[in-house]
This record gives sequence, structure tokens and C-alpha cells, in this order.
Amino acid sequence: MSDQTTEQAPDAEPNIPHPTDEAGIQGAVEAALAAIEAASDLNELKDARLAHTGEKSPLSLSNRQIGKLDKSEKAVAGKLVGGARGRVNKALAARTVVLEEAEAARILVEETVDVTAAARRRRTGARHPLSVLQDRVSDIFVGMGWEIAEGPEVESEWFNFDALNFKPDHPAREMQDTFFIEPADAHLVLRTHTSPVQVRSMLEREVPVYVLCPGRTFRTDELDATHTPVFHQFEGLAVDKGLTMADLRGTLEHFARQMFGAEAKIRLRPAYFPFTEPSAELDIWHPGAKGGPRWIEWGGCGMINPNVLRAAGIDPEEYSGFAFGMGIERTLMFRNDVPDMHDMIEGDVRFSQHFGMEI
Amino acid sequence: MRIPLSWLREYAQVPADASAEDIMADLVKVGLEEEDVHRPSDELAGPIVVGQVLSLVKEEASNGKTINWCQVRVVPEGAEQTLTGKGIDPSGVQGIVCGAHNFVEGDKVVVTLPGAVLPGDFKISPRKTYGHTSAGMIASSRELGIGEDHDGIIVLSRLGLDPELGTDVMELFGLNDQTAEINVTPDRGYCFSIRGVAREYGLATGTEYTDPAAIVKVSAATEAGHEVVLKDEAPIYGVPGCTRFVTREVTGIDPTRPTPRWMASRLQLAGVRSISLPVDISNYVMMELGAPLHFYDADKVSGAITVRRAAAGEKLTTLDDKERELSSEDLLITDESGAIGIAGVMGGASTEVSDSTTRVLIESAHFDAVSIARSRRRHKLPSEASKRFERGVDPELMQIAAQRAVDLLVELAGGTETTKITDAGQVPAPATILLPTGFASALIGIDYTDEQITKSLEGIGAKVSKVAEGFEVTAPSWRPDIAIKEDLVEEVARIVGYDKIPATLPVAPPGRGLTRTQSQRRRVLQGLADFGLTEILSYPFVSEAQNNTFGTAVAGTEVKAVTLANPISKEFRFLRTSLLPGLLDTARRNHGRGFRDLALYEGGLVFLPGDKLGSTVLPPLGAKPSDEVLAELFAGVPDQPWHVAGVLTGNEGRAAAGFTPRAWDWADALDAARTVTDILGTELEVAQGSHQAFHPGRAAALKINGEIVGYAGELHPALLKDLDLPARTVAFELNAAAALAAAPAVVVAQHLSTQPLATQDVALVVDREVVAGDVLAALREGAGELLEDVALFDVYEGKGIEEGKKSLAFGLRFRATDRTLTADEASAARAAAVEVAAQKFGAVQR
Repeated sequence: MSDQTTEQAPDAEPNIPHPTDEAGIQGAVEAALAAIEAASDLNELKDARLAHTGEKSPLSLSNRQIGKLDKSEKAVAGKLVGGARGRVNKALAARTVVLEEAEAARILVEETVDVTAAARRRRTGARHPLSVLQDRVSDIFVGMGWEIAEGPEVESEWFNFDALNFKPDHPAREMQDTFFIEPADAHLVLRTHTSPVQVRSMLEREVPVYVLCPGRTFRTDELDATHTPVFHQFEGLAVDKGLTMADLRGTLEHFARQMFGAEAKIRLRPAYFPFTEPSAELDIWHPGAKGGPRWIEWGGCGMINPNVLRAAGIDPEEYSGFAFGMGIERTLMFRNDVPDMHDMIEGDVRFSQHFGMEI
Repeated sequence: MRIPLSWLREYAQVPADASAEDIMADLVKVGLEEEDVHRPSDELAGPIVVGQVLSLVKEEASNGKTINWCQVRVVPEGAEQTLTGKGIDPSGVQGIVCGAHNFVEGDKVVVTLPGAVLPGDFKISPRKTYGHTSAGMIASSRELGIGEDHDGIIVLSRLGLDPELGTDVMELFGLNDQTAEINVTPDRGYCFSIRGVAREYGLATGTEYTDPAAIVKVSAATEAGHEVVLKDEAPIYGVPGCTRFVTREVTGIDPTRPTPRWMASRLQLAGVRSISLPVDISNYVMMELGAPLHFYDADKVSGAITVRRAAAGEKLTTLDDKERELSSEDLLITDESGAIGIAGVMGGASTEVSDSTTRVLIESAHFDAVSIARSRRRHKLPSEASKRFERGVDPELMQIAAQRAVDLLVELAGGTETTKITDAGQVPAPATILLPTGFASALIGIDYTDEQITKSLEGIGAKVSKVAEGFEVTAPSWRPDIAIKEDLVEEVARIVGYDKIPATLPVAPPGRGLTRTQSQRRRVLQGLADFGLTEILSYPFVSEAQNNTFGTAVAGTEVKAVTLANPISKEFRFLRTSLLPGLLDTARRNHGRGFRDLALYEGGLVFLPGDKLGSTVLPPLGAKPSDEVLAELFAGVPDQPWHVAGVLTGNEGRAAAGFTPRAWDWADALDAARTVTDILGTELEVAQGSHQAFHPGRAAALKINGEIVGYAGELHPALLKDLDLPARTVAFELNAAAALAAAPAVVVAQHLSTQPLATQDVALVVDREVVAGDVLAALREGAGELLEDVALFDVYEGKGIEEGKKSLAFGLRFRATDRTLTADEASAARAAAVEVAAQKFGAVQR
């Protein structure tokens, strides 16, 4: 309690002005206004309120005396004391607002926390960047009106090889380093590429066919910095009337620019694949490559071999088509500067969590 | 294929200053991909010169070894030493200590002078040894990195060389040559020769090309050569194993003569080891022309040669001294004694050319690619010969290659040519292909001129004539890969240049976007990441034990799994039937790397073989199989449903100031599984489950329409101990394909009531064994249509509840569609709900 409150303690004998004593009333009002103004918080204001508007306050007591006055004095006294109380109450209300605001502001200041000390509680998880890249690639082709197709990972040898014009005993068949399924006469393999999905797609659909086939593929490579026995590919296939190798180049160029920016371009080099004729290796000019823009080997492509169209029951004299395929691991390696295959396949949480949901 | 530049220059116009890199940059344009560059001079640097041993003093060293203290002249008699440097004697005579003993005074040798660098970064400098200052080294082949086997230092006279003293050995030995290594695709067998690559180089650069086959003059036969019978009674795919077999004979050779340096050097640069003069000659002809040859010691061949398939149980000891069991599919070269070689793969030991051979019988034959490939694979005998036969050898080369070998044997081995020539079999007539007018342009998108087409095809060696419908093209004999008109288009396109192909963007028909399944799968994968899990992608290779633990709920059950015939690891030769083994391995790996708080998930296929695995039918290529055959192929492919699984261990986050993380528990695993079905809009039923991999009391069986589609809960403590993973690790696995399939095609809207809600709580005492889910289902069933929702909000055991019982508190929310419910109506509905719970589970209201 402040000294002031002690002075104006309710039990002190109040100096009660006469209700018609203009100067006395004025004195009481001024004392009240001073006390109100002096109140520095809501508690002090409460004390001031009791002292100056409470039942035993001079103005209240003075007011109570009005009833005993002559009729002639009552009106004057009523006006005088009523006005005085009004002024005090108005001052009280105004001071209350001020002090309440101050109080609220004080609380907010007191509640200040150190936001930099906050821990990340339940973290969001992360997608595997290979899986996100696969979605990204798919979206680009969906945007071009293509469909996305999938197929089984354990696949019939016929779809993986024969339908794609791999002749039995041809060296190309052996170069695929195939995982074979037991027994041998079941003619099943772990697909060595996503190309069997192309054949399945052609069998399932009516021409024209524009599909992209992303998925997991397998070859008997030992895991090292650049090889893994389990990896991902995406392959594109278009079959329509009058498709040309220029259409292939245009499609690849469009795709490359969507992936790597407007500066990206592609280069075709003669190559050999059983399922395409003519065939080409595909290089990409990667403007954002680490160490400066350069050509990077990206995949293979070509015009679909007529034998592949025939295997799917499509007349090669009426339709032509093109196909292309790239590795998703390889794409991620040079797009996002992943130095070692181990990081992609070991499942170390740091790898995915660094990417989060994006690549 | 490694191409020594000096060899290529003989037949192609390679600029004098062109490097291996320049050559490869040109070759890549026509489809020969660059691989590597080999340059002896990268490892070897002069001065390395010819010297003559003037004097040689044998001295016994203290270690018991005898060394030679030699004075070696390294400049011509009377000439001055022009080289300078520390340790190079201005007199032109070097004092050198040498430990080899295969030379005498007067021999010309190779001297590596101080300042020279040998392979392995071995720097030559004068050094004190055995009491002398040895200023250089007399070199062996191995020290120069140009050969393996040696019996001491190089004595030049034994290589047939007598160069002037001081001659630069780098130049003399062809060590300034370099090699371009290119990758040859399987369709271009002819590029496994200098002949083929030189032609391609000419095509790539538009320069002149000399066909090394065209400059060989084949002698006319004067009499019949060795009798040869071609008798293939079991051709593979109807193709005879041998279509042409030429023999030649050279007499009076000296097989012990040294291989000349230029030949040994080129062979070495081409990656072929120099063995003996006759072997080197046959390899040289093969590398140059692309036709593999075999030399027999003619005196060891008895009687007529028959080319036939092996008989059952027949055996042959091959050149590598291994006895080989032959298959009835192996094509053999035989004489009257039996097998003397596996055709095109490896010769037999009994007729091998040796140091005492004087008469050589040359075989120059054409074998079927498939037959050779199968024998090579069967006997695991890859060779330079089989590599070429498998990719197709020019059948017109047989006489030419044999003649080239004859000429070299005469020139280098001192032999005498005979004109007893056998030429059995015949060259099949080349196929003629019609390239219709406009076809190349229509396939590539370039308007090729007639001249471009003709010039390109003639450039590759084809015969082209213009006919009414287009071009009639006869492919060259060395291009068996050219069979259809599209093959011709590729030749035109690559010779004119792929870089000329323009870019046009074809317009696909209006698309449908992702299928519902595809977008649902994405949302599941994304949803689990949002939930706080981290996606991994593990290998699908598992052990039998892993499949038998995770792939079946019941212990002791054998899980049927797809098995790999040639796995990377024998133990992990099975394909997964569950995603959990891969996730747990990954969790353990992360744990080992110091990450204790883990929440991992994976979406991927599992492999569930049915009764029928695969199909014995393998239809031919190039034709659509019948619907029945296709159906059989499809049916043979095992079921591979898409599963989603997760493993959670440790805490949901890392402890920090003001934050105490919660440990992941069984309910989180269940919650993650529910997230999947929530995303799909499939209703998941949860029941007490039992699975050998899970804690017997803390596993939920996940069901859709009453069928179990997965499990979630705490993993079995014993299993976790075995796996070296923390106790209380939790997991879930769900056949997400089944969940996807069960998702409603159309979600029917709920008709919302705006009438007021009436809530009623009820506490029911039941036996401890009764599960809350069942009681909840009973309440729902009994409450009737007014029930909007019911949820368990408390489970209590202890004071006030009888031993062996528990109290379950449920909050029920009632609402009518058309009116405000009265308290009586709500109470009546609650009573009806309790009634069913009481009937089914003996539930008593508290």
C-alpha cells in the first residue's frame, strides 16, 4: 500500500463537505481526481474508487445528507453533488481503460518467449528423391497428354526379350545381365528394363498410344558407386501414324527443357538396340551441371523396330513409333549432384530428409 | 576394340597430328562410342636408346649374387654423345651394373639412360650399387611394360633387329603409338577389325579408305587341299554350324623366329599378348581383317577333317590343357583321331602348333553365330575368335584371310606357300532389300535426296540400284545385321548425320491424366511422409528365414517364394513376400549410424507365386502370339501386389529444451496404417491379431471387408533381440493394393442434419479380455439410426472395479434428422445400445 492510500484509508475520519458547500465539494472532487490520476495500476485504482466513491467517501456521505436538506436547498445540492460524482466516475472510467490497457500490455511483455529456443517436435517425414523424381517426370508427360503405364517386376521372358526383338542367343540378350527365375523353363525374369511395359501397353490399348512407363528394373551388377542391381527407369513409347525420328527429337527436347531449363538441348548418336531401328544414344546438354554446362550421356532411343510392333499386333506398314529410356538414378545423380549410388539405396535417413518433399 | 593409330593409318587417311581423342571424336558420329585412350608414352619416357655391350666383367657380390659390370656404348663409334644430363657420360659409354646373364659382349641391348622414366613411375638415375656407379639400366621387356615373360634383358639380335647405336627405342618399338579404345555395339561385328573401323573412319570424315581385304592377292589353287567334310546333322534353328571352310598349307616354317617388333607392338596395343610367331600372325590377321583363323600342325592332323556336332560323351583336351566334356550341341572340328577343336571357340591340344612344327595347316572358316555363342557360354571360354563369330564374320573373307596368313608366314617365318587349297561350303547369296522411295524420309523426318541415299549406302559397301519403286540394295557381306528396310534407313541417317534431324513435337490425343490408382498411390506415399515417416527403397532380395518369418502369420509355415537362379548372394536368393525385412535392415543400418529415432516406410511390390509359375511356352519374336498363348503368358506371371509398410523406433522427435518427445508405440503403427486407408477412403477394421513377427498381445490384424490385409503393432521382443533392434520397435504392413481396390468408386455425400446434438456417456464393465473395439461395435449396432458417433474416451481398471474386469467409458452422440431429440429418446437409444453390449459381452453399466 502506498502512503497515499494510508492517508486516505477508509477508516480515517473523512472531512465531509456540506452538500451545498461548493468549495468543499470541489475540494472533494479534486482530491478524488488526484487520487485517480495517481493510481498506477488497477489495484491502486480500486483503492481510490473505494476512498472517493465508496459508501464512506466524502462525496457519498455528502450525497446522503441531501435528503435532510430543505426543499429549496435540495435542487442546488443535488446538482452540485451529482455533478461532482459524475465527474469523479467519468475520471474513474477513463483511468480504468488506461490502466487495463497498460495491464494487458504488461502481461504480453511478460509472456515473451525465446522463439529461437523452440525445438522441432514432430518432424514431417520425407519422400525418397527417386520416387519424387519419378513423379516429376510422369507429370511432364501427363501434361503432354501421355498416359502412365506400369507392369510387373517379375516378368515373362517373352515380354522382356522376344517381344522386343531380342533374338535368342544374340549377344544383346546377354549384355542385359539378367536375373533369371527358377525353374529355367518357366521363362520368367526380373525385368531388365521397363520396356516390357511398352509391349503390354500396346497390347492393352488401341493405337495411337502415347505412354510413359516408369518403374523398377534389375540387372546382376554388384553395388558400387555407379551401379546397383536394383534401379529405376522411365521409358516412353509413342505409336501413331506418320511418327518420325524428328518427332522423337522434338519430344526429348521438350522434356529436357522441362527438366533442366530452357537452355537444355539434346544430341543423338548412332547406337544399337534390338527394339529400335534406327537407334540412338541420347546425350543431354545440362546447363546446370556441376563444374559447368556439358554433355552427359542420358539414355537410349530410336524408332520402334517393326518386329516389336508386330509382336503387339500393330501393322508396321501403317503405323510407326518411337521409344526412349533413361535411368532415374542416373538422372538424379547429375541433376542433383549425388556422388555415390550407395546414398540412394542404403536408406540412410539423412539422404531423404535433406530433400524433404522436393528435389 | 582397341585401335592402334599406326595400324589405322595404313588404311585410313588419319592426319599425322591426330590424337586418339581426335579419332574417337570422329568415330562417335557414326556410332562407335569412345571408351578409353592408351598411350605407352604416358608411362614411359626416354632417353631409352640402343646400346652395345663393349665389355662385361662378372663379379661376385657379397650377397653371393654374380653381377655383370658392363661398359655399354650408346652412340655410334666415333660419334659424340649429344644427350646431356646428370649421369650421361659425354664419352658415349655408360658403366652399368646388370644382374641378368642372357647376353654377351657385343650384344645390342636396350639402355634406359639417366632421366628415363619406366612404368610405375620408376625414375632412372645414376646410383651406387655393388661398388660401382651404375649410370642407367639394361632393360627387359617387363621393365619397359611391353611384355610379361622374359628370360632376362632384351637382346635385339634375337628380335631380328640390328639398329644403329643410339637409336631411340621408343620409336624403334612403336612406343610412341597410341590406341583409341571404342565400344562396338553387338550389331557391328565387322568393327572388331582395323578393316571395319578404317571404313567407318572414312565414312565419318568423308576421306578415302583402303580395304585391306582388297589388296590381298589370293593365289589360285593348283591342287585340292586337305580334305574337308561339312556334316552338320543337327543345325540350330535350321542354320548349319559351318557354311564355309577354307584350308591352306605352308611348309618349312621356323616357328621359333621372333615376332617382329612392329607386329608385337601393335598386338600389344590392341590388347593381345604376343605368344609365338605363328600365333601372333593368326591374331594379327584376325585383328586386321576380322576373320578368326586357326593354325594346326599339319603333321599332327590325321586324315580328313570333318566338321560335325559332338557325340554324346565325347571329350576334348583344349589348348589350355583342360579336358572338356562336350555337348551334342557343340560344333567340332574332327579328324580321324576324333575331336581336334571346338569350332570357333578353342582348338585342341593334340594338333597345336609347337616349336617343332614345320608344316602349318590354316583353317579359315565361317561358323554360325548362335552355335558359337552357345559353346562359348557352355564352356565359359570367351575369346577374341568367339566374340567375332557371335557377331557375324564376313563370309567372303575366308580365302583372303587365309592368304594374308600364308603371306605373313612366308615373309616372317620363312615358310613356303603351297597352292593346295580347300574351299568347302559356300557363301550364301546376299539378300536384296527394297528401300521404297520416300521411306527413309518418312521415318526420319528429313527429305533425303536420291544422291544422299545412294552415296550413304554405297559408302557402307552396299550395292545400290535405282528401280521404279525405290532402291534395290544388296548389303555388303560383312553386314549380316542389315536385313530390313529400316536397317538401311539407319545407315542413311547416320551417314548423313543424326545432327541433321530436326525437332518436331507430336501431339498426343487428349489425355486422361493419372489413373485413379496412380494418384491414390501417390497420395498414400505423400501422406505417410506428411505423417512423419521417411521413405526408403530397399532391395527385394531376402533369405528364406526372412520370408518364413514375415511372409506368414503362423510360425513354422513354409512361404512359397519366387527364387532367383543367379542371385547376387546365395542366402538372399528369394524375392520378398513382405516389405518388413528390408525396412528392418534399413532401420538397423540407420541405428548403427547413430540415428535412434526412426520412422521409415516403403511402398513396393511383393512377389506371391501361385500354383502356376511361368510358362514353358516361349513364342517366337516378330509376331503377336495367339490370345490363348498370351493368356498363358499373363497367367504365368506371379501375383505382385503393392504393399505399404513402416517401422518406427525410438521417439517421435528429439528431446529438447521444453519438449519431451513421446516414444513411438504400437498405436502409432496402427495409426500410420489407418492413415493409408483414410487417404484411400477405405474402411479399415481392426481386430486383435496374431502374427509370429509381432508381440502376441500387441498386434492388430487389419481387415477390409472381413479379410485380413495386414498387421500393425509392436514387433516380437525375441525377434527384435535377434535383429539387434531396440525393444518396443513397432511396425505395420498393409496390402495397399487390396485397400486401393476396396476404395469406393464414388463417395456418396452424407446428408447433414442441423438438429441439436444430444450427448450421452456410458461406462460399461466387462471382462478384461473383451476388446474395446468389439464393445464399440455392439454399441453402434444397438444404438440405431439416431447414433451419429460413438468413441471410447476412458479405460479404467482398479479400485471400485472387480478383479479381472475393466471399465470402458464411451461418449455417444445422438442426433435426429428432423427434430430435437428429447432426453428420453436419447436415453432410450443409449439403453438399446447398452443392451446389445450386455447381450454380447456381458457388459454391465456402472
